[in-house]
Amino acid sequence: MSKNMIMAGLVVFVLAVLSPFWLNLITSTQAAPEPELLGKAAKVKKCVLDKYEMRAEHMYLLDVWRDSVVRDAARKYTGTNGETFNMSLSTGENSCLGCHEDKAKFCDSCHDYASVSPYCWECHTNPKEIE
Amino acid sequence: MNQRYLIPLTAVFLLFLLAYAGVEGLGLQVVFGVLIPYLAIAAFVIGFVIKVKGWAASAVPFRIPTTCGQQKSLPWIKQNTIDNPSTSTGVFVRMLLEIFAFRSLFRNTKAAFNRNASNKLTYSFEIFLWVGALAFHYAFLVVLLRHFRFFTAPVPEVIQTLEYLDGIIQVGLPGLFISGPVLLLATLFLLSRRIFDAKVSYISQAADYFPLFLIIGIAATGIAMRYFTKVDIIGIKEMTMGLVTFHPHIPEEVGGLFYGHLFLVCILFAYFPISKLMHMGGVFLSPTRNMANNTRAQRHINPWNYDVPIHTYEQYEDHFRDKMIEAGLPVDKKE
Repeated sequence: MSKNMIMAGLVVFVLAVLSPFWLNLITSTQAAPEPELLGKAAKVKKCVLDKYEMRAEHMYLLDVWRDSVVRDAARKYTGTNGETFNMSLSTGENSCLGCHEDKAKFCDSCHDYASVSPYCWECHTNPKEIE
Repeated sequence: MNQRYLIPLTAVFLLFLLAYAGVEGLGLQVVFGVLIPYLAIAAFVIGFVIKVKGWAASAVPFRIPTTCGQQKSLPWIKQNTIDNPSTSTGVFVRMLLEIFAFRSLFRNTKAAFNRNASNKLTYSFEIFLWVGALAFHYAFLVVLLRHFRFFTAPVPEVIQTLEYLDGIIQVGLPGLFISGPVLLLATLFLLSRRIFDAKVSYISQAADYFPLFLIIGIAATGIAMRYFTKVDIIGIKEMTMGLVTFHPHIPEEVGGLFYGHLFLVCILFAYFPISKLMHMGGVFLSPTRNMANNTRAQRHINPWNYDVPIHTYEQYEDHFRDKMIEAGLPVDKKE
């Protein structure tokens, strides 16, 4: 192979490896979402789990809840703080979205940032959208 | 038990523990989360460039393509244009298949003595190295590309499509990415080959085991973080975005497991240019694959040839003409 070809390949490779650096330089980078508690959640301030546990584990919890509700019809969940919650994503006052009222700010901001597209909303609806 | 794999195995364990203990015990988040990643990427890029430039500067004195089929010959003999290419198009196709389909591994055979009374040496088709290598390389590629979601915001459409396809079986939450377990199982298979196959074990050195254990460690910690003990993804993405935009940020509540994963990745990057893993660049430069077998049609001159003072027949005759004529020997020029 000729030296020019090798050097061209090498340049392409180095550019590809360093792409995260220059891509963020030439495009505007989306800032990390600032999670904020709104509406009822801001007043009550008692979630199912602790803050960081909730951030990391909520998807697992929702999966366990889904199985528990669908297979065992068990709908009550008692959190680590002794509070009892309704195992539901979007139905009723005592559900996830019953307390965290703004789906766009509560769910979507972080999911979009981390490129996560959960399939929750293929079956569930945002209660706000129905009204 | 064999020290050729025990030492690399221990080394990978210790490296992981170093990062884990450094972060959990000593609070060295800045060292393992900022300093070492920058050093590793610098070592990777500089080392890679030095290696490839060294190879580019080496002369390739001979046409030495491996010929794996009928060469170009008389018009009525069918040439194998891919396995014995005589044109650059043929070479291009051959390289493409080698790089994307690992064709030379597909030809792998195994030699063994027959189990019956004849006890003859026979060669048989051995496809599993090829299957394992394909599974490993493609799974690793997908895993690597998927990680671009931590280095771009907003995440490009291509990466999202890749994530969608990788997670298409929709098992569990967070959804299973097929590439993860495939990567782990394929590396474990390639490792077990080296350990249990006596003929492969015999030629395996520490430098063969170390990258395998390293990648197994990376895959295992990555899978653990996604499916078992969860981590705060937004915190981690803030950190990785901080790295690529040169505004380092250390997230709270991200534990030693993540830093262990990151440190093993850094070790892999820094170790890459000085190891056998450089076959990533080397496969393109392998003279037995990237040359056309056209030595009978074209004259290739060794670039190492220097001018050798030679004494031609004309010079010889000029020198001895008188004596040759005197002795009655035939000469080209009578003068």
